[in-house]
Amino acid sequence: MADPSVLALREQFRNPEQQRETSTVGMWIFLVTEVMLFGGLFTAFSVYRMSHPAGFDQGSADMEFWLGAINTAVLICSSFTMAMAVHSSETGKKSRLAVFLLLTILIGLVFLVIKFTEYYLHYHDQKLPGILFHDTSPDAAYVQMFFVFYFLMTGLHAFHMIVGEGVLCAMLIRTWLGSFSERYHTPIELAGLYWHFVDTVWVFLFAIFYIPGAHLK
Amino acid sequence: MATISIAEPPRPAPARPRLNYLTEKTGLMSWLFTTDHKRIGLLYVLSITFFFFFGGFFALLMRLHLLLPQGWLFGHETYNKLFSMHGIMMVWFFLIPSIPNTLGNFVLPMMIGAKDLAFPKLNLLSWYIFMLGGLTTLYALVRGGVDTGWTFYTPFSTSYSTTFVIAAAVGILIAGFSSILTGLNFIATVHRMRAPGLTWYRLPIFIWSTYATSLILVLATPVLAITLAMIAIERVFQVGIFDPALGGDPVLFQHMFWFYSHPAVYIMVLPAMAVVSEIIPTFSRKPIFGYKAVAFSSMAIAIIGFLVWGHHMFVAGESAYAAMTFSLLSYMVAIPSAIKVFNWTATMYKGSVQLDTPMLYAIGFVALFTIGGMTGLFLAALGIDVHVTDTYFVIAHFHYIMVGGTVMAFLGGVHYWWPKISGKMYPEFLAKLSALTVFLGFNLTFFPQFILGYMGMPRRYAAYPPEFQVLNVLSTAGASILGVGYVVPLIYLIWAWKYGERAPDNPWRTTGLEWKTPSPPPKHNFDVTPIVTWNAYDFEAQKEELQLG
Repeated sequence: MADPSVLALREQFRNPEQQRETSTVGMWIFLVTEVMLFGGLFTAFSVYRMSHPAGFDQGSADMEFWLGAINTAVLICSSFTMAMAVHSSETGKKSRLAVFLLLTILIGLVFLVIKFTEYYLHYHDQKLPGILFHDTSPDAAYVQMFFVFYFLMTGLHAFHMIVGEGVLCAMLIRTWLGSFSERYHTPIELAGLYWHFVDTVWVFLFAIFYIPGAHLK
Repeated sequence: MATISIAEPPRPAPARPRLNYLTEKTGLMSWLFTTDHKRIGLLYVLSITFFFFFGGFFALLMRLHLLLPQGWLFGHETYNKLFSMHGIMMVWFFLIPSIPNTLGNFVLPMMIGAKDLAFPKLNLLSWYIFMLGGLTTLYALVRGGVDTGWTFYTPFSTSYSTTFVIAAAVGILIAGFSSILTGLNFIATVHRMRAPGLTWYRLPIFIWSTYATSLILVLATPVLAITLAMIAIERVFQVGIFDPALGGDPVLFQHMFWFYSHPAVYIMVLPAMAVVSEIIPTFSRKPIFGYKAVAFSSMAIAIIGFLVWGHHMFVAGESAYAAMTFSLLSYMVAIPSAIKVFNWTATMYKGSVQLDTPMLYAIGFVALFTIGGMTGLFLAALGIDVHVTDTYFVIAHFHYIMVGGTVMAFLGGVHYWWPKISGKMYPEFLAKLSALTVFLGFNLTFFPQFILGYMGMPRRYAAYPPEFQVLNVLSTAGASILGVGYVVPLIYLIWAWKYGERAPDNPWRTTGLEWKTPSPPPKHNFDVTPIVTWNAYDFEAQKEELQLG
């Protein structure tokens, strides 16, 4: 069978090595743009948290702390299985690669199920800003603002998770089709980079949304 | 073999011209699904030319309206929509993509000896995203326009304006992703696709400047995207993000907006500097003076340019310390900009300067950019800025940079690389004439606006006191001349595409890898990957080569 790294060589590159390096550079730049995208939201959130600490703490107390904590653990597990998948692809163990990709996809799904359960509970508590929001405290406007950022940032993160699930499914199919070998596994590596990035963002989201008000319950 | 020659004598094969990127495949589909960077560059040329004349048309209407002090063509609300749509079209659908996405797309891979950009499909995708964004914004326009100004200041944009803010903001957001993909593609290409031997210090300055631009594109545009998304969300759900009545902070919006939009000025002008840094050595027949200084000043502009956004908000409620810091940093951007101006001038000094059309535009650029940059220092000064904030002084200042700078350089670049792009020469006399027309028309349009602004005429007003009329009429007259200066090249370049004289491979007898391929180039630019053993702008080696060749 022909070497997949030669088969996958695009016409603009001189050799597979150049293609691999270029794709990796491209992925890292993409992740930098993602940092700036989330960075804008983190900045705005921090500014408002500084100026309205009471309302934001109260909003944080309305979080489902344990669901968030479990989800953090879930995502860290998925990062582990993803790292194992990348390792398996480097060593050319195709069936192990498929198993770990499948595991990562499933754990990602668990995260999304828990996340949307939380959203449902917020809906139940009437904490949907602008649509269905009920809060009688004097800081209600800032509690609502907290929830605006909560839905915006976790929503954007969940969107990235869903995209990641799609990417991993594509990787799984390509693995079954035999597209990868120890000589050619760049797409798996890049998908891994993306997946780890999305996981890292969640760790920060957990820190800013769930922890500050956890003691107020 | 012998039987063939008896049956039919061999006919000489007809001399077929070599296939190039234009003739290799034909038909609409071959353009819409192309991944060739040169063709995508041309797709961008068509799109941004369309948006440019659209935005220019609004400007002309505004200038006509301002012929009379009380205005005579439009109501005040229509006037608000005119300047908003002029700004939105020009900034996001012409200036930002103008040079990088057209000339950059076309020449960047050739300059570094590559077959294409690193990610050709992504490049095509970015054009489709750009068009989707442009059409979404056009939809907002057709449905009735936007009246927020191109700056979308809150809370007017989120709570009070009754126009199509969301559609316009979403259109810009979409176009932003096209910028991000282009920047990403350029950075990866410059890092990994250079020909063997082409080290960083052998790169043409065009590459350095475009690289600096790309850094800004990938770092700043995501922030704009998320800011516009927040505006749309605040407007749809009426939840407090920026509206103070709902608990938000409108100054935060200004911070986030200008965090993108000030570096965006450098997205516009760095590529212009890139073009000029190619044209001036070519037509002075001298290597660029102080190569490393020019290269690093591009990077310095990109980096310091990220730290000056607060100078747009000196009167918006900023602490005195923040204002002083932003003022100081704004002055610092002037240093690398001035280094470039000095080095271009020093390049021309004692060179054998030829005043061909691209050179006329380049010299015009240096002159107008200098005026635009120097007046920028007025605005960076805290005291003077309070006096001239939101007046025509600001309008004149940034038009000197964006129109006098970027559009001049864009036209210069189009003429400079036209022989390579089309394989044809343009009519030189007509081109020189329109370069002069543009220069004169531009100055007549915008110089009076400096005076108007200094005398206190505010921007964005549909009427003005009668004592300002003379200067306003002068400005409108200039705008009409400028309009002619833009239409004439459009006509003769289209004419030259079909009927122009055939261009040689290297009509300017200059250096640079893009001139070492045929005009127009073949699909993969080079028959063999070049190996570079010389520095950029090495005219001595070039001369020897031409004599030998």
